[in-house]
Formats: sequence, structure tokens, C-alpha cells
Amino acid sequence: MIRTEELVKTYRLGGDEVRALDGVSLEIADGELLAVTGPSGSGKSTLMNVLGCLDRPDAGRYWLGGEDVSDLSDDDLARVRNRRIGFVFQSFNLLARTSALENVELPLLYARAEDSRERAAEALRTVGLAERMKHEPSQLSGGQCQRVAVARAIVTDPALILADEPTGNLDSRTGQEILALFADLNAQGRTVVVVTHDPSVAAFCRRRVHMTDGRVDSTGS
Amino acid sequence: MLLSTLIKTALRSLGAHKLRTLLAMLGIIIGVAAVIAMMELGAGARRQILDNFSSMGTNLLIVQPGQRGMRGVMSGSQQNLTLEDALAVVREVKGVSMVAPVVGGSAQVKYGNRNSRVTVTGSSVTYLPMRGFEVEKGRAFLEQEADRQARVAIIGPVTAENLFGTDDPVGQAIKVKGINFQVIGVLRAKGSQGWFNPDDQILVPYSTAMKQLFGLAYLREIDVNAVEGADLSGVSADISALLRRRHRLQPGAEEDFHIFNQAELLANVSSATRTFTILLGGIAGISLLVGGIGIMNIMLVTVTERTREIGIRKAIGARRRDILGQFLLESVVLTSLGGAVGCLGGTGLAALIGKATDFATQTDVVSIVLALAFSGGVGIFFGFYPAFRAAQLHPIEALRYE
Repeated sequence: MIRTEELVKTYRLGGDEVRALDGVSLEIADGELLAVTGPSGSGKSTLMNVLGCLDRPDAGRYWLGGEDVSDLSDDDLARVRNRRIGFVFQSFNLLARTSALENVELPLLYARAEDSRERAAEALRTVGLAERMKHEPSQLSGGQCQRVAVARAIVTDPALILADEPTGNLDSRTGQEILALFADLNAQGRTVVVVTHDPSVAAFCRRRVHMTDGRVDSTGS
Repeated sequence: MLLSTLIKTALRSLGAHKLRTLLAMLGIIIGVAAVIAMMELGAGARRQILDNFSSMGTNLLIVQPGQRGMRGVMSGSQQNLTLEDALAVVREVKGVSMVAPVVGGSAQVKYGNRNSRVTVTGSSVTYLPMRGFEVEKGRAFLEQEADRQARVAIIGPVTAENLFGTDDPVGQAIKVKGINFQVIGVLRAKGSQGWFNPDDQILVPYSTAMKQLFGLAYLREIDVNAVEGADLSGVSADISALLRRRHRLQPGAEEDFHIFNQAELLANVSSATRTFTILLGGIAGISLLVGGIGIMNIMLVTVTERTREIGIRKAIGARRRDILGQFLLESVVLTSLGGAVGCLGGTGLAALIGKATDFATQTDVVSIVLALAFSGGVGIFFGFYPAFRAAQLHPIEALRYE
């Protein structure tokens, strides 16, 4: 599913160069449920951005589903994000003043897909929000917002789900429900990568990758 | 993405800040409204003038004093057309069926305790058919009334209403400059011409106007009617030759009069209208420019405010052109709405002015379509840079923006 080779990403912060990724080589098989852990500043968010095709590595190569995506143009990366990756963020990142249904429909509209309404409704049913389709984010609880975000992530039927601290803004019970949702998606054959610093979330995943100072220092299970 | 979805998105985001949206549109609204109102008044005046020309008949020539100088016709600048000139034209020029000497002025007219300042036109009985006037009530002048300087008047319908209200004016006595006149007829309404309302005037015999009212020795103009099918330019040349001889002008000297025909008058109106249109176009351009700068400003603010939304959209697969299109369309919706509101406001304003001042108005579809198209164009032009900036945002940085 995912193979990276010596990924390097450098940021300039003030006058200093920060090596957020310092030679990351990683393989993730189809259907894995994987946690990327590490202290803040260890580069796990940068890794997630590169894996999510939101950012290009400065050096190294990245194959997603067999295709080298290291050097794609911005618009090609947008297409990859749209068709093959679903994102779930810590702060939900839903559009305000836009109903749950329309939020979920959005990736399909960018994909110019047919029956977008129907498919968005189906995704919302999958996450158990059939009753809340017309609600706007401000009328939903945090857990419900995150469910909408999950529905949006799966609506284009991507093989890879990337979640960045998906339970960070939720209480532990709601967080468990969201994790259970990820487990379901994983059971359906989707690859799920969760970036977290929360040990209980990491413990939930079958395999854990730990990062320190831009390097992977353990890939055990 | 479907256009309907994009428009819905644009309306939703504009609706989220209603006051701001309205203020941003105000420049466009005011500019478009002003131009549309002027256009409608201008078109109304123009149509009335043209209607009036056609009611005059096509065989009319008008002789006015004055040289045709570098700056057009300086009419009224010289006094040299006499009653004898007018009589000579009808007597000596072939192809002329009738003439009407015309003098005029403005005078206070009284009936009982009502009074009104109106235009007084002194002319002959031939003036009415030549200028397309009809007598609705009462009768026209008689030939001999001019000869004996009769104190009779035919009044316009607006003057009649001002002085008499609903009473029948025919047979009543009015005072013009303190002199008693008998009203013998009322004209049929023609409608205002914009700067001059032919319905608010009184007609008296030219001799009475010249000798008793205004003390004039010269004519304001001589209206000449050619016979049906006559060669107008030939008749015009013959009149010119006659008047040159009568005014003892040397060969090669400039004429001290000018002869208009309908084609020339129409050309004058067209050129005046063209100048007016160019002027309005300039005003429109400046107001749209100013309005457009306001739009650009507000779109830059919008893009900055919605950086995070742009990040979200990019993360889930929006390409640069999707973002560009979204903000460009929002800007076009903004300016088109402004243009539409401006068109409505302008039409309303023109109708109000028309009611208040008696000016005719005419809704000009072409200028409305143009105004809408230009408003949309302003949206594209001034919305492009903000939309381009939005499209260039890096997804990570946009998502991190607080």
C-alpha cells in the first residue's frame, strides 16, 4: 500500500533549518491498522502530511499503491487526495454553515461523481448519523462532527484513511466510539493510519511506529 | 463542480455577512443606478424629440438667423430675418407651399387671480399644420386676425389646466403682459420634449406678438413648407439665394442665416445623444472602477478569513482551478447582484424623476444588458487577483491558519 524510501523534509523556522523528516523509510501493507506515535516535534505530523499527499518530500521517494507520487504536480496530488485518501483531523475541519450531508458530499463534487447526494447519505448512514444529515456542524456534538468527518473521509471509497489525533478533541468515551469506527473500516479492508501521542489510542492499533527527531526508531507491533 | 452548487456556495458565504456584502456592492449599485437613470431619461427625451419631428411632416425647412460658425450654429445671435423675407420666400421660391413667421418670448399670463409664466409664440395660421399642432377645442387663427393684430390666443392644454382648471377656456379673456386677449382655442396635447413643453405655451398672431407684446422688428425663425415631392435641397438653395439677395450679401460672404431641414436636425439630435452617451459611459466607467476596487478589497478580506476553509477544500481534493472558480464566481455573483439592484434602482429613480418633472422616460434594454454584463466583467477583473491568491495557498499552511 505505502512504501517510502529515505524521506527528507526540511522546514525553515526563523533562521534555523529544522529537519522534520530525516530519512524515513517505511512500509505499510494493505489492510493494516497502524499508529504513528512520538513526542511533539518528532515529525509525525510532517510524515502524515507527506503520506497524505498534502506536501511533497524534499528528497526520497514515496509510492502509494504502487504509484510514485513524490513528484506529482499540485493538481495531480489533489486528485490523489480526492480519490485515494480520506482525512480525519483533530479539529474535524468541517465547513461551517454547511449541512452534514453537503460536507460529506464535497469530495464527490470535486471528483465530479454521479449520485453524489445518494452516496453522501449512504456514508452518513455507515457512521450512524442517518438522523442528522441536515444539521450544520454548530448543531452537532464533537463526536457527531468527527463522525461526519469520517463519513467525508470514506465517501470516495479510498483505500487509505489518515487520521491526525482523531480523538484529541473528544472525551474518552466518544473517542472510543470513533476508534471503534476506524476498527470497522479496517475490518472492511481499508488501510488506516492514525497519528497520535495518546498511548491508549496507540494501544488500540495492531502495529505502532514510533518517531523521534524525524526518524523512525521502532516499527514493532 | 456544478454551477448551481457553486452559486449556492457563493450566496451562502455572501449571506453570512449581509451588511458587508451590501456595503461592498454599494459602489456598483450607485454607479449603475445613476447611469441607468440618466440613460432612461436620455432615451425618453430622444424618442420624444424624434416623435415630434415626425409629427412635423417631412417637408419642413426652418430658416434661422445667425452664421454657421466654427462652433456650430449661433442662432439668435443676429437680427436680420424680417416679415418681408418670409413673404418673399412664399411669393418667389418655387416649390414652397406655405411659410410661417415665428416670434416668441416669455410672459406672465393671468386669468382671474391665477397666473402663470408661459412661452408665448407668435405665428400665423399656417404654423399649426406645419408643426403638427391640432386645435382640440375652439378654432384656429383666421388670416385677417394677423392683419389687424387681433388679441386672440390659442392655449396649450397644460396652460389651460393651470389657468382654468376644469373650466372651459374658450371664449374667456386672459391678460398677457397686462393686455386682454380672448382665448379662441385649446391645442391637443403633444407631450413634453424634455426641455420644452409645447403643451404649456400660448399662440398668438405674429403681428400682435411683435407690435403689442414684445416690440420686435425681426423674426426668430421662418418655417417653410415645401410642396409634396419637392426637391428639398433645391428649395433650400433657392431660399438661400433669395435671402442673400435680399440681405445684400456679397458673393463669397458668409450667410447671416441658416436653413435646417429635418435630416440635419436629426443629425444634430443624434450627435448630441452620442456626446451624452460618451459622457455617461465615462461616468459609468469611473463608478465601476471605484466599485470594483471595493469588491477587490472585500474579496481579499474574504480569502484571508476563509484560509482554513480553502485548506479543507484542498485537502479533500479541490484543485487550484476549483478554488479559483469558486472565489471568482463569488465575486461575479457579488457584482452582478449589485448591477441588478442598480438597474432596478436606476429604473425606479428615472420613473420618479419622470413623474416629478414631466420628463419622459424609456426603459432601454440595451443599456440594462450592458450594465449587467459590465458588472459581471468587473467581478471577473477585480475578483481575479484575490481568487488567484486563494488558489495558490499551500494546503498545509492554509489548514494551520487560525
